[in-house]
Amino acid sequence: MAVNQLSVFIENKHGRLSEAIKGISESDINIRALSIGDSQDFGIVRMIVSDLDKARELLGEDFIYKVTPVIAVKMDDRGGALYKILRTLEESEINVKYTYAFTSNKEFGAYVVLRVDDVTATEKILSDKGFRLATDEEISG
Amino acid sequence: MSQYFQPEIETASREEIIRIQNEKIVKQVRHVYDKVEYYRNLMDKRGIKPEDIKGVEDIHKLPFLKKDDLRECYPYGLLATDLKNCVRIHSTSGTTGKRVVAFYTQHDIDLWEECCARAIVAAGGTDEDVVQVCYGYGLFTGGSGLHGGAHKLGALTLPMSSGNTERQIQFMMDLQSTILCCTPSYAAFIAESLKDRGYSPSDNKLKAGIFGAEPWTEEMRKSIEEGLGIKAYDIYGLTETSGPGVAFECSEQTGMHINEDHFYAEIIDPDTGEVLPEGEKGELVFTSLDKEAFPLLRYRTRDICVLTRGKCSCGRTHVKMCKPMGRSDDMMIIRGVNVFPSQIETVLLNEGYTPNYMIYVDRKNNTDTLDIDVELTPEQFSDNVADMQAKEKSLAAAMRTMLGIGPKIHLVPPKTIQRSEGKAVRVIDNRKLH
Repeated sequence: MAVNQLSVFIENKHGRLSEAIKGISESDINIRALSIGDSQDFGIVRMIVSDLDKARELLGEDFIYKVTPVIAVKMDDRGGALYKILRTLEESEINVKYTYAFTSNKEFGAYVVLRVDDVTATEKILSDKGFRLATDEEISG
Repeated sequence: MSQYFQPEIETASREEIIRIQNEKIVKQVRHVYDKVEYYRNLMDKRGIKPEDIKGVEDIHKLPFLKKDDLRECYPYGLLATDLKNCVRIHSTSGTTGKRVVAFYTQHDIDLWEECCARAIVAAGGTDEDVVQVCYGYGLFTGGSGLHGGAHKLGALTLPMSSGNTERQIQFMMDLQSTILCCTPSYAAFIAESLKDRGYSPSDNKLKAGIFGAEPWTEEMRKSIEEGLGIKAYDIYGLTETSGPGVAFECSEQTGMHINEDHFYAEIIDPDTGEVLPEGEKGELVFTSLDKEAFPLLRYRTRDICVLTRGKCSCGRTHVKMCKPMGRSDDMMIIRGVNVFPSQIETVLLNEGYTPNYMIYVDRKNNTDTLDIDVELTPEQFSDNVADMQAKEKSLAAAMRTMLGIGPKIHLVPPKTIQRSEGKAVRVIDNRKLH
């Protein structure tokens, strides 16, 4: 039930981010979620896109990228929703490497993306607790 | 075909080599003294007469020539024959100052090309090989030297010159080149380009490469050998002494045999000028033994290396020089520490990075800074910033262990560092010290 995230390495230089995004945007691929982790020298652009295969093809050999499974958990539309998820993980001693959130239309709702080492175990814990996890099909749809 | 180009001289006994050298040096010194006023003055100043040089054991009495002398004598000051006897001029790249020009008579060209032919045969070449020469042609000695050597051998020569990698690859594949001659950095680039086009190392017909004209490491050798599916051999030379082929590697790949019937080698203490015994590290000095137009006596190369006379399994008897540990021109002094780009290359390849890097030296707040751009490979990429920073740190730590000073590492995307088709530029020194 994990969602595939596309991570692209970019130099921390003028114009590099738009260069990476440009290729993908010239097609009809929809970037559902985006987050950037950066240091002084480089940035890592993480995206959840509607058509992963096409996005990889468009990045081609000009970029270094990686596909990583992440978990997208639906959040209720009220205060404390994120905390509820994080507390569940903490109690189960699941270490989160990084996280970011995204929303779509009202019907789809808001999701938090979790990058963890053990995806399968985390999925099970969250599902057992009744959380709803997004699938690749929903994202690309 | 023999495993030697000139077996008699290449496997001659020690006594025979010394006999030839003694005979030649007496004539060479007399020739220089008679024809080159600049050197005659140096000898006179020392009170040395040509008759004082009775054999190679007297060479240490002769004055040294340095690159500065060559610059001072530009262009004709060291010419030892009438210009009308000369058939060719070559020149150094001039990257470290004013150019140096060297002159050749047909005799000089012949002996130089024979040396190159010996190198090609030592790399397994025969008259049935297709030798792709992608050293630059022109004033630079690389192209002409290997080209002439391949001709002397009777191999089919592909005079590609450097650059136009697309065409290099097309000819390599269509005409089935078996021996590649270029700078090691260009060989690495060709290997990378082949891979990009979907070729595996077994798709080409190459069996060997003869690479020189810039310093390279054992790690770089491994990387080229794997990338092209060949044996990579080193070749050494300087425009001042004729060009590539002064020394070359044999199948043992443990150092380069110096063509002692043409060049007499010494290792000296660079500070005192004193000749050091075999096996000790010092500056390499060459004396030409039978050149007509541009014979240099005791020319200080600024290359630091070691000479060894151990028996070689290839059967050649000529002395071996190790890969130069760096030419003083390449050495950077950063925060008082001597740093060679080759050391940085060694660490990169040991740590699993590519040999594509750029070194930036600068001075900020009166302190030298050392920054190295290093290309990231897809295998090393992680989506986690902390993992990537750990990689930079671990590489910087490995550099510190090797160099004695810690650089700042910058990981950059693949293929962003300029590739070289000739001598690679690896260092940009922005310090304004003068």
